[in-house]
Amino acid sequence: MTTVAEASPANIPAQPGESMGRVVLGGLMRHAVLIAASFMMLYPLLWMAASAFKPEAIIFTDLSIVPPSLNPRNFFDGWYALEASFSRFYWNSLVVAVLVVIGNVVSCSMAAFAFAKLEFRGKKLFFAMMMATLMLPYHVTLIPQYVLFLNIGWVDTILPLVVPKFMAVDAFFIFLMVQFFRGLPRELDEAAMIDGCGPWRIFFTIILPLSKPVLATAAIFSFLWTWNDFFGPLIYLNDIANYTVPLALRAFVDTTGQSAWGQLFAMSTLALAPIFIFFLLFQRLIIEGVAMSGLKG
Amino acid sequence: MAASVALASSGQPKLSSRFWREDIHGYLFLLPWFAGFIFFTLGPTLVSLYLSFTKFDLLSPPRWAGLDNYVYMFTQDRRFTAALSVTFIYLIFEVPLKLCFALLVAIALDRSVRGGNLYRAIFYVPSLLGGSVAIAVLWRQLFQGDGTINRIILSLFGVQGPSWISNPDTAVYTLVILAVWQFGSPMIIFLAGLRQIPKDLYEAAEIDGAGKFRQFRSITLPLLGPVIFFNLVLQTIEGFKAFTPAFIVSGGTGGPVDSTLFYTLYLYQEAFANFRMGYASALAWVLLVIIGVFTALSFASARYWVHYDDDRR
Repeated sequence: MTTVAEASPANIPAQPGESMGRVVLGGLMRHAVLIAASFMMLYPLLWMAASAFKPEAIIFTDLSIVPPSLNPRNFFDGWYALEASFSRFYWNSLVVAVLVVIGNVVSCSMAAFAFAKLEFRGKKLFFAMMMATLMLPYHVTLIPQYVLFLNIGWVDTILPLVVPKFMAVDAFFIFLMVQFFRGLPRELDEAAMIDGCGPWRIFFTIILPLSKPVLATAAIFSFLWTWNDFFGPLIYLNDIANYTVPLALRAFVDTTGQSAWGQLFAMSTLALAPIFIFFLLFQRLIIEGVAMSGLKG
Repeated sequence: MAASVALASSGQPKLSSRFWREDIHGYLFLLPWFAGFIFFTLGPTLVSLYLSFTKFDLLSPPRWAGLDNYVYMFTQDRRFTAALSVTFIYLIFEVPLKLCFALLVAIALDRSVRGGNLYRAIFYVPSLLGGSVAIAVLWRQLFQGDGTINRIILSLFGVQGPSWISNPDTAVYTLVILAVWQFGSPMIIFLAGLRQIPKDLYEAAEIDGAGKFRQFRSITLPLLGPVIFFNLVLQTIEGFKAFTPAFIVSGGTGGPVDSTLFYTLYLYQEAFANFRMGYASALAWVLLVIIGVFTALSFASARYWVHYDDDRR
């Protein structure tokens, strides 16, 4: 130890520099690992998006994530490959998603306001019942619901996908909003009540304007889940003119089989685009929503 | 006149009438929820319990069959057994792997890495997209015989890989990989949990000479217990409900040889391909019981391994 110190007098002042060097090196290592991991995570997505621009012949052999050219042919061909065009499917998806967002936000915020701010007989019991539905897998209600919608002639329309959402069936959002509303200062609604405001005025003019973050979170996740939803449309929509984008993609796989991967990837990339854009726009709300409540992605 | 005097003097009826008005408001706000609860939750749940004891093909009215559906399910139905074992194999691999990755990456990102938010976003994106048909379609290409994964294996090792999705021994693991790839949302929950752990605990441990691994075992893991538990329960329940990837990758069949026949996929086939609505209802109730038992067991076992620290709040 001493001999080493004597051999190189610069050793002692070098000590902090050396450990700093190790920190920098450790940091570089960490970044190298993280960048490699990021690349692996994103590779399938990037490869799919690049393949959407590749001619059919090279898709299976070309591993590159850089498209050889920006030829949009696959997008045009894919758009019109099925009996109905993707304009139709996007429109259908959009209509369903927007109606679900409205339904969820309106009906769940009303129910949450009742649970969080109003007093009425049976509240505890109803709240417990609402919480119990959180645990219920949708498979249990699936078949009777289907029979009900079949009997009233709603199968092959978007109504079964949309109407229940206007009746606060997504208990999860009610729960989320109840938590938020309870956190708002009680003095506000008490003051308003003393000034002669009724519950409706309090709801619309005080609670809702203060609850934009939670309403936005509910709206964003409603949109994302509905946009991605496959099971509901699979069961209820039969006519291709009524298909949503996920159903159309599945039909694409079935009709073209293994022959048109370029077009299929072009349409898949477009199907993911709205979700991706939503993520870019609302990243903070989405990540906070997940962190806060374990909302699935 | 007399009535108003009585009202003013006692105050009692006035108070109760105000209460009644508040009751009305509460019920009005809950009206949509009431309707939804009765028509789309409670009603269907009871009806489905009834249907599970019948034979019902949608065309003729349900016929009472007693316990036949359940007896057949547990004694003769090979596909039910297959679906259960596929689902359990999927869960046994998917949930722990996903949680390990999520925890590992969360720890790597926790120590204020430069660009941490960007990494977090990148790791989270697959979680957001992963359940969609588009990704399942992509997975089908990646893992088929001449797919991209085998291309990569070929160019790296010079070996031609098998078709992962058409081999019954490997098909379900492609779906496990798809699920593990989506470790982003438990990762974000872990990150939020890690942020709650006081940093001075690590400083104290460091002074006492505890290494990184020891710190992880004695500080991070125990304090993260409730979050791990939450993620475990949530991911398992989600795993039971997985449907889209198996449906798309197997083309709706659950094949090859029922090796990707997720429980939900079998239920779908019985109900909407074979129109055995009674039997499918029984399957749904068994799923409910399985999830219920699993959840109850988790909460019971949590007493032994999850420690809720009281001073943390």
